Formats: sequence, structure tokens, C-alpha cells
Amino acid sequence: MPYPSDFKYTKEHEWIKADGKNATIGITNYAQESLGDIVFAELPKVGSETTAGKTFGTIESVKAVSDLYAPASGTVTEVNSELATAPEKINKDAHSAWLIKITMKDPNELNSLLSAADYEKFVAEEAGH
Amino acid sequence: MPAVEATTATTRKTALNAVHRQMGARMVEFNGWDMPVEYPSSGGIIAEHMAVRTGVGIFDVSHMGDIRLAGPGALAAVQHISMNDASRLAVGQAQYSALLYPQGTFVDDVIVHRLGEHEYLLVINAGTREKDFSWVSDNTRDFNRKVENLSDEFTQIAIQGPKGLNLLQKLTDADLSALKFYWVTRGKVCGLKSVLIARTGYTGEDGFEIYIPADEATSAGVWNEILEAGKEFGVLPCGLGARNTLRLEAKLPLYGHEISDTINVWEAGLDRFCKMEKPDFIGRVALEKAKATGLQRTLVGLEMIERGIARDGYKVLDDSGREIGYVTSGSPAPFLKKNIALAYVPPRFSDAGSTVKVEVRGQGVKAQVVPTPFYKRPKRTESPRT
Repeated sequence: MPYPSDFKYTKEHEWIKADGKNATIGITNYAQESLGDIVFAELPKVGSETTAGKTFGTIESVKAVSDLYAPASGTVTEVNSELATAPEKINKDAHSAWLIKITMKDPNELNSLLSAADYEKFVAEEAGH
Repeated sequence: MPAVEATTATTRKTALNAVHRQMGARMVEFNGWDMPVEYPSSGGIIAEHMAVRTGVGIFDVSHMGDIRLAGPGALAAVQHISMNDASRLAVGQAQYSALLYPQGTFVDDVIVHRLGEHEYLLVINAGTREKDFSWVSDNTRDFNRKVENLSDEFTQIAIQGPKGLNLLQKLTDADLSALKFYWVTRGKVCGLKSVLIARTGYTGEDGFEIYIPADEATSAGVWNEILEAGKEFGVLPCGLGARNTLRLEAKLPLYGHEISDTINVWEAGLDRFCKMEKPDFIGRVALEKAKATGLQRTLVGLEMIERGIARDGYKVLDDSGREIGYVTSGSPAPFLKKNIALAYVPPRFSDAGSTVKVEVRGQGVKAQVVPTPFYKRPKRTESPRT
């Protein structure tokens, strides 16, 4: 699955798509593949704050529990409620099954994240262990 | 998201390792072994789990160890080191048992197979292979027996599920329908002579485990033949992920979780496999004392009532939030479609229907004590049980 070039990526395998100050956040295809069958996503409430590099929730598959790390600081404006009953949507299409939307404090934070090409290189190395 | 665990250079491999990798299995380190946790080509853990409950799945379980005890004193030796009564075994019969420390706690759990008049095969866990072999050889010195570690001799393949018999019968001349649950026989399998076939498993389903020579070419050949022959039954290769969720639904203990060197037989609820009336065995004295003292904790099944998944090691709390125990194994149960767990709690919390809480990321999440096993396979006339 290609990694969209208009997304930015974290080394913890989240993606973020920005549109001005608004941004959508999810986990990458590599992340969903590593986790396997996703059964539970614990996400923050609308109005809560995210801090770049800090956890904002948890995602669980049958076999594993993983923290979610915020790619950017901001305020949560929307939570993908579909995931409460159908978390497997993340397995089906991780790049469209978003987790949360935020209003960013400082869109410049995204400059330190990976581009699609860099992220692809990063996961190729990680998978190659 | 954490990085995927890298496997170390000292990790051991089964003879089927290259086959798993070719099939695109996701590999993990388990008890020092590089093993498949799931096969994305099978559809992952849930699909693999469902295949075993409704059709058939196959597992590479070659990481399990094997100890052979033979000679005129073999029975007395097995009786001395294990808690079940091996004198009840007919030739060709097997039983679930355990090796105990003098404290009545677990060295390991084992399946004891009686292969001949004076010949026994103990199938043991991967993580305890060396410890078990030393334990068995050291503690049976006074008996007229020969003890051999055959762990590296076999590739062990488990064929599990209601269609397991139909699948394996296509590849063997042994009459599998005549083989009862927890019995063993020998037969030709995929052209290999005198293969040991046991009607055993670790999934809560009917099924078989076969023991073939551990060379890579033979192992790969048999594995692929089973997959080919199983196509008509929808066979899937299954990894340790499904093996764990299947055994948890069936409440089969896992060493280091439900049983360990600090947990005794009564606490683990394995009373029916421990025969106090048989001649003396290691652990017996301590178990008698423990029985007189009474239980401080007992293993219970939990079903999550509120949203949340109990995981291994999570704390169990009472209604007021006080810590009363811990989860030994917890997971979503793919067939039951519930979040279940096994946990040690004081006996007063062990009645079915009692409510407790499991601490999930700092929050007490409500759970209920339920009868176990969580899953029991439907009785089928073609799979007789003793």
C-alpha cells in the first residue's frame, strides 16, 4: 500500500494530514500490519489537548496493546466514532480510517516529521531486522 | 506504536522456519524460539482461530520438547516425578500430568504417553526443555531406566479442528476414527513409516499431533502436503497467536502464566490430574499440607462487563478498588466474541456471578466471574472421549 505523499509520518507509525491549522491523525498501514486484528481503540474526548510526541490514546489488537503518540500539539475537534463498533476498519484501510481530528497549535511542528519517502525507507529498515 | 521486536542471534529455529518465512508469517521470539505468531496470508489470528473452531488449522509446535523414559523401572520413575497416575495408562494411551517441585508447585506440565510396555514419552514445554530434562534425569537416577532427550529429533505438527480427522486420514493408513482422544498410534503418514500420531492438542478442539523426523526437507514436504490435502476443508496455517487464544477459551494452562514454580496444584485447579492415592511422588507431602491449610487464592475465569480488555499481569481489584489478585492471561476471545481472562483471586471472590474490577491503564473496569472452561467443544459422535 502506498504512503500518501500529502501525509507526514512519525517514527511511532502515526500519520497526519494537515489542511491549514486543521489536521487528521491516524496510524499507518505498517502499524496495522504489525498489530494484526485491531479490536479496540481508546481515543481522547473532543476538547482535550494533544502534545506532540506524547500519548493521546491506546490501540489494541488481539495480541498487543500499543500507545498512540500525537504527531502534533493541538485541541481535539472530532473523534472517529465508527471505530467504537468497527475498529477493524483500520485493518481494512489504515490511511482512510482516521482516529482524531485536531486544530493544531503550531503547524510548523510538522516540519520535523517524516515525508512519505523517508517513512517508507524507515519501515523498510525496521522490518529488515 | 512500538518497534517490532527484533530476533536475536541466539534464537532457535524449528526445521520449518524457512517455510514460515516463505509463507510471509509474522515471526516473534517465544521462549527463545523464532516462531510464527500469525500468517497474514491466512487472514491473521481471528481467521486462524475460527478455522480451528469450525474447520481445521495446522501449527508447527516443534519447539515443544520430548523426553523418553524406557526400561523395567520406567513406570516407577514416571510415577515418582509426575502427579497423575501413569499406572492407569494402557500401551497407546496418554494423560495430562505435571512435574512438581517438593513444594507442590510446577516444574512444568506435560503429556505422558505410554508407547510400549516399558516406554514413556513426556512432551514438555519449549521454555522449560533443559530444566525439565535435568529435573527428570536427576530425579530418576535410582530407577532402572534410560532417559533420553529427543527434543531435537522431531518436527511436531498439530492438526486441529473438527475437520482434522478428515484431513489427516487422507494422508495416513492408520484408522484415525478408531483412535480415541488422548490415545496414540503409529502409522504411515505422507509416505513416512511408523509415524507417531497422537489424538491430542492445545486448542480445546478435537485434533492430532504428529511427530516426524526433524530434517528440513522432510518437514517442509509433510507441512506442504497437509496444506494441499486440506484445501477442500479450508485448512489454514496457524501461529502462536491463535494457539494462545484457542487454549485460553478452553482454559488450558500455560506455563509461566496459570502455572509456575510459585503456584501449586490446588490453586491452579488441576486437582483431577493429581492422584494423591497413588504411591509417593515429588510434591505430594507439600500438597497434603497445603490442602489442610486451605486455599489463599484460586484460578477463576473472568468476562469483562465494561469496555476494556484484561491483559496478562493486570491487577484485579474488589469493588472498593483494593487489589485482590492478578490476571494470568487475558485477551479478546475470537470465537466467543467476548473479552475474557484467567486470574488468581482469594476464594471468597471465586463464585460465578461475583463482580470484580480489572485495572486497565489506571481505571477499574468491571468484570464478572464466570464458569470455566469458557468454551467447550460440542460433542460429536465421531470423536469418542474416554
